[in-house]
Amino acid sequence: MKLKIFIPRDAGAIAVGADEVALELELCARKRGVSLEVVRTGSRGLYWLEPMLEVSTGAGRIAFGPLTPGDVGSVLDAIAADGPHPLRLGLTEQIPWLKRQTRLTFARCGVIDPRSVEDYRVHGGYEGLERALALTSEAIIDDVIKSGLRGRGGAGFPTGIKWRTVAQANAVQKYICCNADEGDSGTFADRMVMEGDPYMVIEGMTIAGIAVGATRGYIYIRSEYPHAVEAINAAIAGARRAGYLGPGIGRSRHDFDIEVRVGAGAYICGEETAMLESIEGKRGVVRAKPPLPAHKGLFGQPTVINNVLSFAAIPFILAGGAQAYADCGMGRSRGTKPIQLGGNIKHGGLFEVAFGITLGELVDDIGGGTASGRPVRAVQVGGPLGAYFPRELFDTPFDYEAFAARSGLVGHGGVVVFDDTVDMAKQARFAMQFCAIESCGKCTPCRIGSQRGVETIDKIINGDRASQNIALLEDLCQTMKLGSLCALGGFVPYPVLSALKHFPEDFGLAPPRLQAAE
Amino acid sequence: MALGYEAWDSERAAEIIAELKSHEGATLVILHALQEAFGYVPQDAIPMIALALNLSRAEVHGVFTFYHDFRKAPAGRHVLKLCSAEACQSAGSDALAARAESTLGMTLGETRADGVVSLEPVYCLGLCATAPSAMLDGRLIGRLDATRLDALLVEAQR
Repeated sequence: MKLKIFIPRDAGAIAVGADEVALELELCARKRGVSLEVVRTGSRGLYWLEPMLEVSTGAGRIAFGPLTPGDVGSVLDAIAADGPHPLRLGLTEQIPWLKRQTRLTFARCGVIDPRSVEDYRVHGGYEGLERALALTSEAIIDDVIKSGLRGRGGAGFPTGIKWRTVAQANAVQKYICCNADEGDSGTFADRMVMEGDPYMVIEGMTIAGIAVGATRGYIYIRSEYPHAVEAINAAIAGARRAGYLGPGIGRSRHDFDIEVRVGAGAYICGEETAMLESIEGKRGVVRAKPPLPAHKGLFGQPTVINNVLSFAAIPFILAGGAQAYADCGMGRSRGTKPIQLGGNIKHGGLFEVAFGITLGELVDDIGGGTASGRPVRAVQVGGPLGAYFPRELFDTPFDYEAFAARSGLVGHGGVVVFDDTVDMAKQARFAMQFCAIESCGKCTPCRIGSQRGVETIDKIINGDRASQNIALLEDLCQTMKLGSLCALGGFVPYPVLSALKHFPEDFGLAPPRLQAAE
Repeated sequence: MALGYEAWDSERAAEIIAELKSHEGATLVILHALQEAFGYVPQDAIPMIALALNLSRAEVHGVFTFYHDFRKAPAGRHVLKLCSAEACQSAGSDALAARAESTLGMTLGETRADGVVSLEPVYCLGLCATAPSAMLDGRLIGRLDATRLDALLVEAQR
């Protein structure tokens, strides 16, 4: 008997023991004389069940988890006997948490071998590129526009419009830059895609290159993601060997190649112009816009900059899925959003779903509430620069405009849950402090304002002329919002003011009036 | 000197620089490679990079000091990074950091005087669904609790 077993090589699974489980599996199999084929996949994104192991059967893959090395022997026996096991989860695809998702971008993540270009092709990979090679630049961009795809990094700018601007620019050298500096706490979707389905990102960038006439691409990956760097580098090498990168890609007249650049621990380099500076080998200092990167970007040349998830959505769209993509979602937010549930949450992980799902469904229903078992008090959506939402606003649907209307942001789709032990004044202070540490220093509202923000919040917490200092803090936030050059200083008022507005009792003030109707 | 790194050698550094200087915008690429080889980037390397890339020393120094990752002195023999961002905070990372500081007798962000261990905050390892998390000498650890942390602290002081 030869068993085909799948165990993630995803960093999140490795962090909770996937490598130890894989090692123990080899040992147990040898002892039992069972021959194994082990595939190290990405993660399915059901992190509370990691490390998860899947075995291929005639009916589909059957999952077991969460495993410790001590469970592996009995799991192998259960597989051999086709018998029950307390950690048997049944058919993976039938696990309700996975089944109720709409996985377009994450369809292959956790399924395929991320080191194998062949496995990628078998699962529909490079169909988008093959079709794009037969289309004109305009037709490719029309497809992207038709899909309604908006930048998944957070700002939500229509991707097709950006591409068209670069396509229409005249230059000898144009660039494609993939922003993989996923620094927002609570987000890990880029990391999962890079580790679990790296060829999809490369294919998306390649299609962008063909569409706008760029021959060089860079992926800027943060240094905190060494596994993603390794996975993308391996995939770039694999794509070159298979003729999907380099001169004459896919036997066409198009040349395109990609180089990985690794960040160095600066949060600001997730801001697109700071990222360009960093790739150019400079300090990650934000540039004033205009000129837009689409006109003058990397090394002063027209440049497409998109987030990992934006590029990752492209192969599906170009493989004839533009309409299917646009059919998902609500309002002007089309397609699916890979939402990341993290922090103090019972069922944390990657939940890809059409726009429109409410925050409450995500936190209570899908996330199962807190891991600590205590009541949920606050949820931060959209990273360190996103607003804190109280339970009264859990009816907010996931949609760029709906979140903006409630002084929040969807951002990169990170949802971090806090229980009732959280001190919201401390969280507000942390937001300012983080901004002070990570500010690039170019503009005064961000550089000085964040430092003064920390000091002012300290005064409020200490009861030092609280009402005057709150007025001062609100005024400071207004200045930062309107006067900062980029989203770091400009958005840090979101967590600060939302904490103050919804949780004033933590600042020593009277509790809030009910605000649900806003 | 941390394990696994070469002692500083300007000829070896010159080789690394020569090999990488033709990359577009090579400064960070070179700084990373030097740190990977030597464990830190000594002051002597800055003018070498400047000369190779036709930049001023001030420009290279400016880049070197901008990024949190680059070290001007060797780290401890072990480097323990504790994720200190919001997702880990919600799962109790502040208390764990305090526990680590007290056990190790040092403050977050320092290298201990005996050179055995560096304790550093990191703002998100992207393991937010298995928070709190840490990284010891490049190895990732999720679902950190006091028991698991104590084991890491023993390992970090070897």
